[in-house]
Amino acid sequence: MTETPLLSVRNLVLGVVRRGRPSTIIVDDVTFDVAQGELFGIVGESGSGKSLTLRAIAGLLPGGVEIISGSVEYKGRNFTSMTSGERRALMGPEIAMIFQDPMTALNPVVRVGEQIAEGPRRHLGLSKKDAMDLAISMMAKTGIPDPIRRAKAYPHELSGGLRQRIMIAMALSCRPKILLCDEPTTALDVTLQHQVLGLLEEMCANFGTALIFVTHDLAVVNETCKKVAVMYAGRIVESGPVRSVLRDPRHPYTKGLLDSAPDFDHPDRMLKSIPGFPPNLANRSVGCSFAPRCEFAQPECVASSPQLEEVGPDRLSACFEKFTIFEGAHA
Amino acid sequence: MSDVPALKVSAIVKTYHVGTALTNIFKGRKNRHTTLTALAGVDLELRRGEILALVGESGSGKSTLAKILVRSIRPTSGELFYGGRLVPAKRTKDATRRIQIVFQDPYSSLNPRLTVKAMLAELLILHKIVPRREVRAESIRLLNRVGLEESALDAYPSQFSGGQRQRLAIARALAVRPDILIADEPVSALDVSVQATILELLTSLQRELGLSILFIGHNLAVVQHLSQRVAVMYLGRIVEVANTEDLFANPRHPYTRALIESVPRMTERVEDEFVIKGEPPSPLNLPQGCRFHPRCPYAVDACRTTDPPLMHVEDWHESACLRFEELPAFSSVRAR
Repeated sequence: MTETPLLSVRNLVLGVVRRGRPSTIIVDDVTFDVAQGELFGIVGESGSGKSLTLRAIAGLLPGGVEIISGSVEYKGRNFTSMTSGERRALMGPEIAMIFQDPMTALNPVVRVGEQIAEGPRRHLGLSKKDAMDLAISMMAKTGIPDPIRRAKAYPHELSGGLRQRIMIAMALSCRPKILLCDEPTTALDVTLQHQVLGLLEEMCANFGTALIFVTHDLAVVNETCKKVAVMYAGRIVESGPVRSVLRDPRHPYTKGLLDSAPDFDHPDRMLKSIPGFPPNLANRSVGCSFAPRCEFAQPECVASSPQLEEVGPDRLSACFEKFTIFEGAHA
Repeated sequence: MSDVPALKVSAIVKTYHVGTALTNIFKGRKNRHTTLTALAGVDLELRRGEILALVGESGSGKSTLAKILVRSIRPTSGELFYGGRLVPAKRTKDATRRIQIVFQDPYSSLNPRLTVKAMLAELLILHKIVPRREVRAESIRLLNRVGLEESALDAYPSQFSGGQRQRLAIARALAVRPDILIADEPVSALDVSVQATILELLTSLQRELGLSILFIGHNLAVVQHLSQRVAVMYLGRIVEVANTEDLFANPRHPYTRALIESVPRMTERVEDEFVIKGEPPSPLNLPQGCRFHPRCPYAVDACRTTDPPLMHVEDWHESACLRFEELPAFSSVRAR
């Protein structure tokens, strides 16, 4: 028996509930565990439900989207049955989040030092002065030059890279056990992306923080995470250790993603795009949602939906044909 | 004459005046720097039938250059040559027709209230590309060229996905039969699985129509895959130009090296020997000397005083680094 995971998402179903009509399922039956200090990536294209899954964990679902069934358990306590007060006490010291766009996520009319200090004052009970000292030391740790002066700046006075560092300093100021990252580097330039990813990794290692990292960039996942789940149309279609999933995919969608992205180390490889479009979630078919775009689709793929099944050590794939398609691949 | 470049820009400068903020006037403070230098003397050649990639971080002036090329904005100074001839400041209709642009965001660059048919017909008639009765046939031909069906003619842009909209934007640019296509980050807003089809389309346009394409991008993996030559921009200057293979195998400017090192890879991560610190300085307050020296690990005293021009490294390879000969060997090819 392994120890209980830090965070455990069980059969999570998210959707838009509408009176008199069947609800639209956006995230369907998502299950995964994150252990202490684990670096977990979720990849998928826009509309795959990866960001919503993350927001459900943070309790920040947009209006209209509800948890229809399933649970999110943190250290064995179920989020969905907590009061908002109990939940708020967890956000910050236990779970923190970093958003894609640091301009809209920061409060434009509060100095950044005070924004960072707010969490420690509330959750760690620090005095105003101690909290500000902590904020400044966190800013220094994230590599912000001249933190004492910068702490008095407003978000608009800082560049994109610095704002993202402020977000990281804020998220880590209470030493959370889990850091949720929603495409934290997508809005940044490559050299800054490189710096921020390195910083995240270093900070998580120092504080023993687990990371749940949502992105659409496979190469970023490869460099940042240890485990990965690939989402398509609201479902996890494949999961496992990053190395083995990306080297040796066992789901046609993962393979399609890998084949369609230019690889910096293989510039001459032909790109192969995935034909067709993602399905309309309001009108799901009974079969595998990838079947209409899948070159390997069989009649059974249209008739019923495949479940996640083990395909190797710690690896799952939701494909009926997983053993026939990838037969030649070594385990 | 095949060696006359399709498009040549010479010493293009674009500056903006930034007024002093009202609050500073009230406080009696005056801004010391009131000129923003977006482009500080850019020389670039786009050869016939090639895909030239222009890379650089945000704020480096890539899009400003693109807008100057299609005359959305005027340069402060500098000249533009089309096929060896100077393009006058006020362009003729024919001159505008020859250089077309595709923008980054296909959601905001198409008129939401025009059907595809109306959008294409307007251009075909205005520029007298085909006689009126052939407009429909020509529109269908254009749609097929970019991989869309005839049925798209009566639809509005909102009925299409991001990738399809980008195809429409390309069809619109092709409608007037340009020689030069400027593609300003055409795939940045698209999902990876769709991105590949647009890249493929651009390659086929280059091959089959002989189009010269200036591809602006920041994803080096895409650039390496697509282009024949690459120009690297930093703070309003081109700092290195070379054939794609050369540039990645043997970069001769520390900034290019930093960009290459920053690309997320699918291979095992290796410890960085070369990381640049900090962020680009403000274009309101450019550093003295080489504009890259505050972030450059190889900077010496000369770099702080001399602003290096583009210098000849070897055939078809230019770098604006004073120490390009002394830079340690480096290659993007990793041991696997």
